[in-house]
Amino acid sequence: MSNKLSIVVVEPDRERAILIVDSLRAAGDFDVSVISEVTGLARHVSSRDPDVVLVDLTSPSRDILEELTLASGPLDRPVAMFVDRSDDSLTKAAIEAGVSAYVVDGLRADRIKPIMDAAIARFHMFHRMRLELETTKRALEERKVIDRAKGLLMKARGLDEEAAYALLRKTAMDQGRKVVDVAEALVTAAGLLS
Amino acid sequence: MSLKPLEAGFIPLVDAAPLILAREIGFAEEEGLDLRLRAAPSWSTLRDMLAIGAIDAAHMLSAMPVAMALGLGGISERIDVLSVLSVNGNVVGVSSALAERMRVAGHRFDFADADSAGRALIEAAGDRPRIGVPFPFSMHADLLFHWLGALGLPAPQALQVVTVPPQLMAEAIAAGEIDAFCVGSPWGSIAVENGVGELLLPGSAIRAFAPEKVLAVRHGWAEAEPGLTRSLMRAAWRTGRWLSEGGNQVTAAEILSRREYLDLSPEIIERSLSGQQVISPRGEVRSVPNFLVFFRGAATYPWRSQAAMIAHSMAARAGLDRANAIEAARSIFRTDLYRQNLRDLGAEMPGASDKIEGALTRPTPVASESGRLILEPDSFFDGYIFDPSTQD
Repeated sequence: MSNKLSIVVVEPDRERAILIVDSLRAAGDFDVSVISEVTGLARHVSSRDPDVVLVDLTSPSRDILEELTLASGPLDRPVAMFVDRSDDSLTKAAIEAGVSAYVVDGLRADRIKPIMDAAIARFHMFHRMRLELETTKRALEERKVIDRAKGLLMKARGLDEEAAYALLRKTAMDQGRKVVDVAEALVTAAGLLS
Repeated sequence: MSLKPLEAGFIPLVDAAPLILAREIGFAEEEGLDLRLRAAPSWSTLRDMLAIGAIDAAHMLSAMPVAMALGLGGISERIDVLSVLSVNGNVVGVSSALAERMRVAGHRFDFADADSAGRALIEAAGDRPRIGVPFPFSMHADLLFHWLGALGLPAPQALQVVTVPPQLMAEAIAAGEIDAFCVGSPWGSIAVENGVGELLLPGSAIRAFAPEKVLAVRHGWAEAEPGLTRSLMRAAWRTGRWLSEGGNQVTAAEILSRREYLDLSPEIIERSLSGQQVISPRGEVRSVPNFLVFFRGAATYPWRSQAAMIAHSMAARAGLDRANAIEAARSIFRTDLYRQNLRDLGAEMPGASDKIEGALTRPTPVASESGRLILEPDSFFDGYIFDPSTQD
């Protein structure tokens, strides 16, 4: 029997799956495969009989894997979630990064650590990327609303751009609100009145 | 007075209302809490967040802390149950194809008689029906095992109970992966709205008063933070009372429907709060008393017998020692903290910490401190009785 650890990564997004697989392969000589279908997930995982299952914590389908922790039949291998408290800091790091792992009982901690380290690093990166993307998107949307509000003020009050923005900012400060909120209220109101 | 921050996790379901509205209606603030709510993507993630201390409290399946006390399901931190957040609220539904077969065979879909509904289901579904539940350790699973077991399908050999996250339940039934489901509100109604399934029974037709969600905290946290524990319990209890008052359902449904909470239409949410269930895509309506209970009949009291009963059936399925399981489960349902922290609010205080589960077929006055406590019916459809004192 091969001594290689077999790892199953549950990840519907193909790009992400490839990145995770790459980083795991770089971390050690593992036998890595990916399941992208949520349908029949518990069945697929148990048929591959892996040593470790890695799954995104933000996925609702994670609950499906909890079934694996119920050793209900004589053929089922007992599976425990990685969070077995033997290494609290690693557990915490994993949960904060948004990855959880299910490992077969009895697997030694020093064999899991490199896998978890690689997965945690990768998940942290995903998290950062997602945060950056959201921040950028929000900034763009806010700018769009403020531009529209400025345009409305320029037309209605005959102001130039700078004066329109100053008026928005002053109103926001007076009311203790954000500029974008005032702009949004103005755009909504203008939409209703037109 | 400055508010004390407290982080609580929830799963976006109608029965998260006692926490969501504690924040939105202001009971949390009145109790001195800045209650910050975090939606969790799955039950296992919510459990882990609570266990590692990423959150202080959680809206949790009643069976989950019991499973943890029994050492089932991976993580085993001691979690205490401060109170019950909701009773009942689950529905059993079947695929459109199965509903059609049952109808042809003469089933009337009265949404009330668990005996005839169960027999019709077994008859029409064939061998080993596949039934989806949101989590392996849940009242949903317990209800199914009890119901179909009593009608002659011994679990787990004769039926396949599979885990399907609630938000994927309608999809799973549409894709033919499952024949039936038992799920919390409002996900059964979503299956009906999508035209992929019909509702067969409310959970209350199987067991009239089943503890569904609980207010859970780490044991160590409750010990270390008695002030926060007290405030949280009081805020949740007062919100439960508010939810039970007539006329508040519309407001509650509107708030729950917001994007940061359930992100679903308020009309669908109101069906659960009012117990007016639309059971088929043809719009048939069934009215269910005690469909989802937040307050009535000392609903929030964490009866130790309820913990014992969950532990009893869980231990039987997992092959654990029943007496040990019952003892472990009873101790985490904190009737002591309930008495200590809610008495001066006027909460009804039952005289005992245990009751015989399933004995009441009608509203019944029982011994309590005020002498005014009336318990709601809690019987099982098959007359089953669980007496915790005879389970050693």
